[in-house]
Amino acid sequence: MQERAAGAEKSAPSAQITRERPAWRRTINVQELGILAIFLLWVIFLSLATDTFLTTRNVFNMLRAFSWIAIAAFGQCMVILTAGIDLSVGSNMALSGLAAAMLAVNNVPVPLAILGGIATGGLIGLINGLLVTRLRLPPFIATLGMLSIARGVTYGVTGGWPVRQLPSEFNQIGQLDVMIGAWPVPLPVIVMLVLAALVSLFLSRTVTGRHIYAVGGNEEAARVSGIKTQSVKLFVYVSCGVLAAIGGILMTARLGVAAPTAAEGYELDIIAAAVIGGVSLFGGEGTILGVLIGAALMQTIRTGLNLLGFPTYWQPAAIGAVILLAVTFDQWRKRRSRTGR
Amino acid sequence: MTATTPIVEMRNIKKSFGAVQALRGVDLALMHNEVLGLVGDNAAGKSTLMKVLSGAYIPDEGEIYLEGKRVHITGPDDARRLGIEMVYQDFMLANNLDVAANIFLGREMVRWSLGPIRVMDKRAMELQSQQLLRRLNINVSSVRLKVEHLSGGQRQAVAIGRATAFNAKVIIMDEPTAALSVSAIAQVLDLIRELKAQGASIIIISHRLEDIHEVGDRVVVLRHGRKVADYPVTGDVQSFRERVVSYMVGARDDFSKVVAEED
Repeated sequence: MQERAAGAEKSAPSAQITRERPAWRRTINVQELGILAIFLLWVIFLSLATDTFLTTRNVFNMLRAFSWIAIAAFGQCMVILTAGIDLSVGSNMALSGLAAAMLAVNNVPVPLAILGGIATGGLIGLINGLLVTRLRLPPFIATLGMLSIARGVTYGVTGGWPVRQLPSEFNQIGQLDVMIGAWPVPLPVIVMLVLAALVSLFLSRTVTGRHIYAVGGNEEAARVSGIKTQSVKLFVYVSCGVLAAIGGILMTARLGVAAPTAAEGYELDIIAAAVIGGVSLFGGEGTILGVLIGAALMQTIRTGLNLLGFPTYWQPAAIGAVILLAVTFDQWRKRRSRTGR
Repeated sequence: MTATTPIVEMRNIKKSFGAVQALRGVDLALMHNEVLGLVGDNAAGKSTLMKVLSGAYIPDEGEIYLEGKRVHITGPDDARRLGIEMVYQDFMLANNLDVAANIFLGREMVRWSLGPIRVMDKRAMELQSQQLLRRLNINVSSVRLKVEHLSGGQRQAVAIGRATAFNAKVIIMDEPTAALSVSAIAQVLDLIRELKAQGASIIIISHRLEDIHEVGDRVVVLRHGRKVADYPVTGDVQSFRERVVSYMVGARDDFSKVVAEED
């Protein structure tokens, strides 16, 4: 069918080269539209079904609650775009948060403590990246090992006890609300939005961002085009580690305690947020805007089920079902749009 | 021998892989604005020879001259810098990126940069891609179209267009029509004629002898790592094919004699 179309086009004038899609279709791709529609329907439903959902307090609580998941998911998105995966992000959040907390407790100035935490996450990402690019381990295995190692270190360093009595100056970064007009916007939400904008611009506008998509789309083609594919991969794992660390530090500051059990299982939420948001596990497809919507959808499902009085113990099953539904719907819609082209 | 210098000259190229001698001292010359067909049976050494020229392999022995000057090609980057571009059989495009992105892949135009952060000049790349496609008469409705939405012929056209985009002196095409339908093959052959009309020098590896007959000026036949024939494309398809095949399978082996006669 395709070839016939090509033959027919041959006789058409080449002037149509300049035909373009409308601007709004270029900025938001179809993938995100589907998930955005589901998200909006769910939000409208909850707003009508409960009195408490659409209140300023609830909205900002939800935003804060998913901000660190979303921030880590931005990094995860970069890794998955190269057809990799980082399973160590949850452990990374715990260890980086712990590192920052321990520094802060030991009277290191808070900005330096934060930098120390970010460096810890960057180091974890660097090791992941070296395992993948130098030792050529499959990303799944390399980061699965790192998941265990980083978690083990948090237990080992703390002896299993949480680090408490963090300086209030440190806790502020997770607990402070910034007044924007009449709205008390939590600082982690602002950090999330700023990082979303930065990472999104980086991916869509810079040479390195383009190369990340190219490596995920066709690694061999990228290599013969002169792209240093191994450097690109190393870069995404380090970025993922740094972003997970920022999320982990915000989370720790919000809780006011660095528990060795923190963020356990978060890697799955983070990967789910990215995948629900349209990031293809095969690499090369996905945007930060989609990830943001994916993370928001996960959080509103969680909060919504609580508000609707859904039994707590059954919630993970419901969330899992919704993830499957969302992704199945998306796949179905994508197939339809492709064949109907 | 003509008085003009070949754009590419490979002399006495030898390359072994372990005990296997893939190339046993091959000479190959490509003239300016010439379309050279490189043919041979499987394992005759034609892909190996072109990989030596494009920098994927380093030869054990032999020299390469570009416009009369000796060059040392030690990697694909070297070859590209010297103006030698390769078009691969399976296109080597990133299907998830659009046409303009693929044409400029690895050579993105930069609007401004701050250390390692280099912001692309997308508009300029799109405009230049449009101009390139128009100049080569390649029919793609928009340079913003993702490659996955293109037909096989269009993909090959984009791959060839990309190879010519950066003032390539020599374009090597590895089986450019192998994976294509009949109508797409016609498109690609048209494109090769267009490139020649615009002054390009091209080497085509192909097992489709009718394609070489149609667009080629000269044919070189390799067999077991040696050049066994090198003569201009003439006559009708049938006799051309018979002659080439007889060299390919070794039924005819008079190359050294022919050369001696011509001298």
